[in-house]
Amino acid sequence: MDAIILAEGLCKRYGDVTAVDGVSFRINRGEVVGLLGPNGAGKTTTMKMLTCYMPPTGGRATLDGLDVVAEPLQVRARIGYLPENVPLYDEMGVHEYLEFIARVRRIPAARRAEAIRDIVRRCGLAAVVQKGVAELSKGYRQRLGLAQAMIHNPDVVILDEPTTGLDPNQIVEIRQLIRDLGREKTVILSTHILQEVEAVCDRVLIINEGRIIADGTPSQLHAEFQGAQELDLVVEGAAREALQAALDGLSGADRVTVAEAGGGALSAHVLSPKDADLRAAIFRLCVERGWVLLEMRRTLVSLEDIFRKLTRRDAA
Amino acid sequence: MNGAWAVFRRDTAGFFNQPVAYVVITAFLLICGWFFTSSLFLAGQADIRSFLASVPLVLVFFAPALTMRLLAEEWRNGTMELLVTLPLRDVEVVIGKYLAALGVFAVALALTGPYPVTVAALGPLDWGQALSGYLGVLLMGAAFLAIGLLASAVTNSQVVAFIVSFFLCFGLFLLGKVLPLVPPALVPVVEFLAVDTHFANLIKGVVDSRDVLYFLSIVAACLAGTVHVLQGRKWGR
Repeated sequence: MDAIILAEGLCKRYGDVTAVDGVSFRINRGEVVGLLGPNGAGKTTTMKMLTCYMPPTGGRATLDGLDVVAEPLQVRARIGYLPENVPLYDEMGVHEYLEFIARVRRIPAARRAEAIRDIVRRCGLAAVVQKGVAELSKGYRQRLGLAQAMIHNPDVVILDEPTTGLDPNQIVEIRQLIRDLGREKTVILSTHILQEVEAVCDRVLIINEGRIIADGTPSQLHAEFQGAQELDLVVEGAAREALQAALDGLSGADRVTVAEAGGGALSAHVLSPKDADLRAAIFRLCVERGWVLLEMRRTLVSLEDIFRKLTRRDAA
Repeated sequence: MNGAWAVFRRDTAGFFNQPVAYVVITAFLLICGWFFTSSLFLAGQADIRSFLASVPLVLVFFAPALTMRLLAEEWRNGTMELLVTLPLRDVEVVIGKYLAALGVFAVALALTGPYPVTVAALGPLDWGQALSGYLGVLLMGAAFLAIGLLASAVTNSQVVAFIVSFFLCFGLFLLGKVLPLVPPALVPVVEFLAVDTHFANLIKGVVDSRDVLYFLSIVAACLAGTVHVLQGRKWGR
């Protein structure tokens, strides 16, 4: 597929704090991609780098082959962006505001009125177009924010937490708008709500502590994580390579990582599907080779688990 | 510069959609009106020089009041994030906002037009000198507004922006007044930096390119500084 956004090793450090730590991904034209993660995971920072609000401290990102640092004006012209807190000018009228955006977005004077009429219709703003921005309800503010992000018909629309603070009906309406938008545009949205991703996204990037920890369609992620199991072992008397090779050789072991555990012992982490119980096989393997199995612990992980872990840090 | 035009229009509308422009213009006219009429009726002089000579002190308050919200409010409300992710150059944002403030000031100044006309009706008016004086006021306003915009760029608080620009403008104003107290070795420097020195020539009717350049270089330096601060503040985040 045709990639529109490419990020390679994107980093952002604020002094000692690393907000985004070597993030790489590609986003294809026409995809609706959700960045999922708790607050402070690096979602907003990643978006701010893609929208040229601030430059990465490492790595690079391109949109349609245009570098966000080298050609920020061209990149910005192709993006529509709605920041998290929906900043609008309260002293302006709704129509006046859209006209300002249309002007800055270089929509020719002849087409401006039509572009505004069109976006007002698509975003359901007809009832408030004569009002002042300060009078709008939260739901209408969000719609106006979406309208300013879409008025120039951009290739990519980036929405930072587009449904936070809305009531359930408004959430449904905004999601519908995003789905409609996603039929023709590339959309990147961030959220910390699992259901939102399942409701609107073709693909999910799960971000935690500045790193991408999972990437796939919602159903792939379910298949990958739900019901997988992890075995943690501590083994004494084995050579590192021999242990790695022996565990890799077990059928059903998807991913094996071996590390020094200190005191001559090795620790190993084995990831396997839910139905493959490797505990007996590992025990027999150790007996056969004369290794001492000091510890073995099994944990089942699910998408929910990952989320609970993420949200717990969020609450702290 | 299409972008600067759009920003200029928005901020000009911003001044007139809110009470800011009306309050500031009214206050400006009231104070200027007092200086003009007091010299006309109390001192019995049909002259606009005393009115023009009093404007610098008024401007020291007036310019920061106009510029304080221009950028500080954008930072505070978060609208700066949208503004700088629109396809606008920083320099377009700065110039658009600066010209909007300058426009409001020009309107205020234009509304003092009846003063020279009144004087001309009462007796002979040296139009050349009056225009040169007005040029001086305009240039000083331009310089003070640029200082104010710079102050507004560095902070999220309008109050801080007002106070910082007030002190900078007042400092430049005061330099001319404290000249007698300055050590002789420093006199040329202080004299050069003081607003008074340059304004005094213009008000006398002497349009010297050095004086014009003095004001224009303050404008250029402050606007360049504002662009720099804007870039630094978002890139440093």
